[in-house]
Amino acid sequence: MLDATKKPLVSVKDLKMHFPIYAGLLRRRVGEVKAVDGVSFDVFEGETLGLVGESGCGKSTCGRAVLRLYDITSGAISIDGREIGATPQTALREMRPTMQMVFQDPQASLNPRMTVENIIKEPLDEHTKLSDAEKREKVGELMDAVGLNRKFAKRYPHAFSGGQRQRIGIARALALNPKFIVCDEPIAALDVSIQAQVVNLLEDLQEQFGLTYLFISHDLSMVRHIATRVAVMYLGKIVELAPRDGLYADPLHPYTKALLSAVPEPDPSLARSTQRIILKGDVPSPSNPPEGCNFCTRCPSVMDICKRVEPEYREVHPGRFTACHLYNDTIDTAGSTAGHEAEGHTQ
Amino acid sequence: MTDRAPQSSADNLLPAGDPVPLPIAAVEKPRNQWLDVWDQFKTHKGAVFGLGFLIFITLFVTIGPWLWQVDPGKLDIRNKDVRPLYMALFDSDAKVSWANPMGTDNLGRDIMANIMQGGRISLAVGWTAMILAVFLGTLIGVLAGYFRRLDGLLMRFTDLVLSLPLLPLLLVMMLLFRDPLRAAFGPENGIFILIVVGIGITSWMQTARIVRGDVMALKEREFVLAARSIGTPPRRMITRHILPNVLSPIMVSATLGLATAIITESALSFLGLGFPSDFPTWGKILFDSVDRMTAFPERVLWPGLAISLTVLAVNYIGDGLRDALDPRIRGL
Repeated sequence: MLDATKKPLVSVKDLKMHFPIYAGLLRRRVGEVKAVDGVSFDVFEGETLGLVGESGCGKSTCGRAVLRLYDITSGAISIDGREIGATPQTALREMRPTMQMVFQDPQASLNPRMTVENIIKEPLDEHTKLSDAEKREKVGELMDAVGLNRKFAKRYPHAFSGGQRQRIGIARALALNPKFIVCDEPIAALDVSIQAQVVNLLEDLQEQFGLTYLFISHDLSMVRHIATRVAVMYLGKIVELAPRDGLYADPLHPYTKALLSAVPEPDPSLARSTQRIILKGDVPSPSNPPEGCNFCTRCPSVMDICKRVEPEYREVHPGRFTACHLYNDTIDTAGSTAGHEAEGHTQ
Repeated sequence: MTDRAPQSSADNLLPAGDPVPLPIAAVEKPRNQWLDVWDQFKTHKGAVFGLGFLIFITLFVTIGPWLWQVDPGKLDIRNKDVRPLYMALFDSDAKVSWANPMGTDNLGRDIMANIMQGGRISLAVGWTAMILAVFLGTLIGVLAGYFRRLDGLLMRFTDLVLSLPLLPLLLVMMLLFRDPLRAAFGPENGIFILIVVGIGITSWMQTARIVRGDVMALKEREFVLAARSIGTPPRRMITRHILPNVLSPIMVSATLGLATAIITESALSFLGLGFPSDFPTWGKILFDSVDRMTAFPERVLWPGLAISLTVLAVNYIGDGLRDALDPRIRGL
């Protein structure tokens, strides 16, 4: 699955995005929400990296920070060989055509006062010097590509269904022939039949235009369908990153195991036999994460060291990264089996 | 009758069938969006009446003096206190004359000529001051709402102006700047500029506050973030995404602003600090006639009617325009 010759198109190193909290009469800075706290990953050319995690774990913030829609706290982001982590917003403008975004809520991400044509045309207006007729032709081509009738170009977003609106959003993201698209839960606001359409459309477009996706979602089965590799986030950190098949067949991190056990099993006899791992308690506040491992407050296989030392995020097998103490002391001798045994005892 | 019925139904079908080729043609050559706006505007009855009345009153005060060539300032003591024509219906002894259909005032000046002349000034002052106030209010509101760094400064400045007592401020402005402006631009233009600027810079604050609030809410919407991900610079973000979406509150404050401007001008004229005394405006005609209102109600009625109907008409137009400019209501 992992082709060694592939080079990373996007490379994120220790990305941190903290939002300050101001409180009190003098609006003093009393702390910060560590929405994304030290995230590192690579996205290889032509692949789809799925980013999963529960609500509020920092997935969307991470996606937006990678595109530098926020001014990040620290870290390095390189897209297509250019370092953009510290570039000022005005200088980023010329980089924008390479990286685009598809948003979660297709209703909110389209300006209600603009026609479909104007919405899809906006990137062309900003970055190209085409004539009006050429732009109109290009908009027509994009509408064909995402399966929208060209006749609807003069209509406004409110006249479309959710799936059609999401197609408009995808057409807008495609307008400048980007290399990298962040899909921020593009299917979360759609009903199931439309979800499949949109995901298939995204796959077709990936094949057609050679796109690279960062696919953010909380829908594990959809990620399993579309992603080549999957990263699991918990409380602002990536706890596990692995090739899709490996992750779904043999999850390493206890949180990934719990997450995967929550996926409904369609076969009733299998469903009865599988044991669900039910996590106790709530996600700690990202403004005040626990000492040591972020997951230590809810982890079924928690150890003493977890509450003191933060586990290092590292490659435990080729292509499989995780941040868990279960795999740290045994790695050089027995590989993952010891870790699994330890896991089995505690469960 | 029977063989006519299919004929008429076919006739009915044709106009309904006509617009069908239009959307297809729109793929090649886009239909002008202002036509859609006009189509929606036409469905708002009040707005159409308002527009009709506004056109009528504008023609009345602009073309009117060409047709009704009576000098509004000409004194004719012999024909003073002529009642309007309709008084002849109630009172056969009333002093009426076809030469003065709306009557004359206590100095024998023709009221219709005065209303025309006064309307020119009142409408010019109202529109110019309103446009100035809305422009200022929108500018300050958008800047404060969009650029967080300017917010505190601009909004405290707005609060400062809001807390000033406006009428005394205007009076002081009149006293300070009347003579230099008169010397620079002539007596009438000088006063006009002074009044318009005075009203304009003292009535933008409400607009600024409303616009700021709306801009702050809009700024957090996802389509603004989407535009940012495209690389749209702030100035085009404002003109393309923010302004069209705050059009409704701006339109409402504009229509209210026109009314306020006309009335403030009347108040200034009443205090003797507006236009010179031989210079009629609707407000001044109204206030000049108040003391003899019981004997001659028509002298209050005509300018009062002109002011309130104009304001009402503009309100309705604003209402209709706001609906017509909203694609969701337009149903496209």
